[in-house]
Amino acid sequence: MLASAVSVFTAGDNLWRLLTGLGVAMQIALLAVFFSLLLGIPLGVVMTSRRRVLFLAARLYLDAWRIVPVLVWLFIFYFELGRILGIHIDAWLVSVLVFSLWGAAEMSDIVRGAITSLPAGQVESGRALGLSNWQLQRYVIMPQVVRRLTPAAVNLVTRLIKTTSLVVLIGVVEVLKVGQQIIENSERNVPSASFWVYGLIFILYFIVCYPISRLSRYLERRWVG
Amino acid sequence: MVTVPTGLLAGESPAAPILAVTGLGKNFGERVVLQDVSFQIAKGEVVVVIGPSGCGKSTLLRCLNGLEKADAGQVRLDGQDLCQGQIKWSLVRQRIGMVFQSYDLFPHLTVKENLLLGPLRAQRRRRVEALAQAEELLDRVGLLDRAESYPRQLSGGQKQRVAIIRALCMNPEIILFDEVTAALDPEMVAEVLEVMLGLAQQGMTMLIVTHEMDFARGVADRVIFLDAGVVVEESPPDIFFTAAKSERVRRFLDRRRYERRLKTVG
Ligand SMILES: Nc1ncnc2c1ncn2[C@@H]1O[C@H](COP(=O)(O)OP(=O)(O)OP(=O)(O)O)[C@@H](O)[C@H]1O
Ligand SMILES: [Mg+2]
Repeated sequence: MLASAVSVFTAGDNLWRLLTGLGVAMQIALLAVFFSLLLGIPLGVVMTSRRRVLFLAARLYLDAWRIVPVLVWLFIFYFELGRILGIHIDAWLVSVLVFSLWGAAEMSDIVRGAITSLPAGQVESGRALGLSNWQLQRYVIMPQVVRRLTPAAVNLVTRLIKTTSLVVLIGVVEVLKVGQQIIENSERNVPSASFWVYGLIFILYFIVCYPISRLSRYLERRWVG
Repeated sequence: MVTVPTGLLAGESPAAPILAVTGLGKNFGERVVLQDVSFQIAKGEVVVVIGPSGCGKSTLLRCLNGLEKADAGQVRLDGQDLCQGQIKWSLVRQRIGMVFQSYDLFPHLTVKENLLLGPLRAQRRRRVEALAQAEELLDRVGLLDRAESYPRQLSGGQKQRVAIIRALCMNPEIILFDEVTAALDPEMVAEVLEVMLGLAQQGMTMLIVTHEMDFARGVADRVIFLDAGVVVEESPPDIFFTAAKSERVRRFLDRRRYERRLKTVG
């Protein structure tokens, strides 16, 4: 039985293909994390702004991404955007785009929460010490904001990684898609192939996400507690 | 004709005041919070501000170091007008220390780092010199062994002592205290008040808002009573606590005594 399981992965270069598929998913996730930080941090700062228009625009953006499922956004961008622009947009590119925009929305809320949870007394006592605005940001506000948002931000990273599995539905060949192909090819010889393949995919995601979520918990205890 | 030196008119202290407040006014929207507040503090003087909750005591202190912007009047620090033109508040605040009710230590920094942040960053002083001063002050308030602790590892009284010497590390000309014992457990109040008494004896200039009447009486050179944003009475502590001119002050003090008796009985 185990031998047949092994044969599923040794046939052709199946194991290598699975890992490459995982690589595609990770690539999308990592790019999305990068752009989420790049866009989400300034957006989060904007959401603490007292300017009504700016605040409302940022809020609307966040709610749009919260209310509509990510899968629907993937379909909208993949099928509709290409049609409207009259060009074919690569599914991989659409995936990076959608996950970046979604991650930025979630990140902005995390940043907003971290900034507004800072007690007003911190700013005032920093000012009362004679710190300049820049020094106040650099030595009092930012270090505390970063500590407060890190656990949630790390959590967001694992959510992004896991949710990238949806891109299979617009045709990106990532780990899940490769898995399905392998199952189709080997099911005739090894009926339990789907068990082994999904089992391995489970383990792969676990190996990637578990250390990250451990890190998040560690930082939470270390900094917030 | 006898000419009177203008400085001696109207009960002003003879020495040139470090802080002179004239006709200070502050509104929050429609609400008048401070109205025509005037007083002076000479070098080495301790002035206590007393008044019912919401009368504008905190707002008064905050107007003096620019945390609130005054709407009317004048504040002079060593002769420099703080209400005219472009004021570089970060520089002014290095000369006016302030200690808050809620300590507001920086939780991500150790006690030592809390003490050094202002001297090293705002004042750009040399580390060895600033550190020597910080350690000496820590020693004076009995907290030298807590230099490497984080604020969350300290008791309320310890935090407030650190907050006081954090202000002292800037070598300010005057320190403002806003009800610094109000958030403390009763058994920790004394250790903080002792530090403040020590400062007063060493000649530190202080403006203190407090509800601790015995402490006020012991530490004050003068007491100011503020009610609904107006200075109702300004007198030396002996007179203030025994023979206040204002009916309003006497009622306030009677009530305090009554409340305290209820507390000790109950
Ligand atoms: N930022 C603000 N906006 C609007 N109103 C304010 C603001 N800060 C204070 N006030 C009001 O101004 C009045 C004076 O407030 P302040 O905090 O100076 O009183 P206080 O004498 O320090 O009172 P307490 O003894 O309770 O500390 C209060 O009625 C308060 O509600
Ligand atoms: Mg107050």
